[in-house]
Amino acid sequence: MKLDRVFEHVTRGFAASLVVVVVLIGFMLFKESLPAMRTFGWQFPATQVWDPVADLFGGLPFIYGTLVSSCLALIIAVPLSLGIAIFLSELAPPLLKNIVSFLTEILAAIPSVIYGLWGIFYLAPWLRTTVEPLLAKSFGFLPFFQGPPYGIGMLAAGMVLAIMIIPIIASISRDVLQAVPEPQREAALALGATRWETTRVAVLSYGRHGIVGAIFLGLGRALGETMAVTMVIGNRPAISASLFAPAHTMASVIANEFSEATGELYTSALFGIGLVLFSLTLFLNAGARWLVRSTMRGAGGGRE
Amino acid sequence: MTTKIEINRVSAWFGKHRAIKNISLNVPEKTVTAIIGPSGCGKSTLIRCINRMHETIPGTRTEGEILVDGTNVLKQDPVGLRRRVGMIFQKPNAFPTMSIYENVVAGLRLNGVRDRAKLEEVAVQSLRKAALWEEVKDQLHKSGTGLSGGQQQRLCIARALAVNPEVLLMDEPCSALDPISTARIEDLIHELRSTYTVVVVTHNMQQAARVSDQTAFMYLGELIECGETKRIFTNPQEKRTEDYITGRFG
Repeated sequence: MKLDRVFEHVTRGFAASLVVVVVLIGFMLFKESLPAMRTFGWQFPATQVWDPVADLFGGLPFIYGTLVSSCLALIIAVPLSLGIAIFLSELAPPLLKNIVSFLTEILAAIPSVIYGLWGIFYLAPWLRTTVEPLLAKSFGFLPFFQGPPYGIGMLAAGMVLAIMIIPIIASISRDVLQAVPEPQREAALALGATRWETTRVAVLSYGRHGIVGAIFLGLGRALGETMAVTMVIGNRPAISASLFAPAHTMASVIANEFSEATGELYTSALFGIGLVLFSLTLFLNAGARWLVRSTMRGAGGGRE
Repeated sequence: MTTKIEINRVSAWFGKHRAIKNISLNVPEKTVTAIIGPSGCGKSTLIRCINRMHETIPGTRTEGEILVDGTNVLKQDPVGLRRRVGMIFQKPNAFPTMSIYENVVAGLRLNGVRDRAKLEEVAVQSLRKAALWEEVKDQLHKSGTGLSGGQQQRLCIARALAVNPEVLLMDEPCSALDPISTARIEDLIHELRSTYTVVVVTHNMQQAARVSDQTAFMYLGELIECGETKRIFTNPQEKRTEDYITGRFG
């Protein structure tokens, strides 16, 4: 009995340590970013100037870069991942299914610096010489595809991020779709649905909350991804509508500049950006969970 | 009476296992045929061959011919076939993300019907035919998952009826339901007989006796005996049928 008590307290302590770590990190970020916040106030996340020489720091280009590169990654990755998940769960013969599932998981295990390396030396030159000129020619009337094709920039970052989050979204979505009960598929088939209609009517709608969860988990990874993005995004703290232009993200500016940040205000500004990134991911995850739960209620509860 | 379904020497496999062996059976139009037999005798597999749901399971195979209105369904497009031959499953499988109304018209929408007035008209009719209208008419736009098991099964029946099939296959439709819900479904099967050809698989002999005109007894993948329900239950020709209906095995 007494040992049970001890056991309970010890495990509870371990569980509590998780909360303590999160709170401490948040507090540390807050405390360290105080000088920057005192100097720039609410203007800090809203100004564009990032001039370490003049001790002027604004976080907006990085917030913009993080959001846009992640959204770009989602735009590319979501349709692809859902396609992979549907193929694996609904259509693929067993052998092919095992091979593709294995490859998807291997993709997730590649260190991000390798993606960065590939991004710099293969993806970016290809974008510069082929893809970006083509986009400019066909869709140049849109502001996203104007300006000189650098190769390295927002588009490269979005594409590298997309490849990195495809395994997460695809494998979680595949698990979600496989969890859809067989009688649901049979119900649609027996009504005279084709394979695609069965997937749409019975499978995707049944699993939609899980798919939303998978997408948000992918987004979470994209927002915080550092190494690969730092290598291909060009690291220029400027906001440009063009996807060809170099940009910067919150994660990449911290990784790039922490070693050069000599002044107190400079370091504090980096901590401030860290605080924004930390709150953003925390907020996003909470939002995602809420969304997942509310769609789950809609799917399972029935009574409104 | 005209023959609606003619099953000729049909065999079906799961991989190497031959679940039904060389079965021939005629189903007259606008009657209820019950298929009885112990678990694993192949009765579900047999009706799943009629609308070709059997072959949706990987590794399965069917041989022989099944004629519905004289055409061999095994050589037909299964999607079109299933719009003429509806199916009710063992467990109610309404779509949980859809409202009651959307569930009923799901099959029509798959058929490309977009006209709202038409959809609503069919929904009301189908729910009436499935004896569910009175219970759900005030909550058509709520999710079907809030209904009881018996109501959900009748919702599935309404959904199957909405596409106006000629044949209704029922695979142990009451095995997951309580006695009162079962009685309601049985009454319903009785009424459906005037419009549809019904084939119902059941492990419940009393149910077969109550609802059907014709009963087929299957054992170990073979059709042992088939005939008028009253005769099968009072004067079976085969020893194994008699043993089964008197409860000596099964």
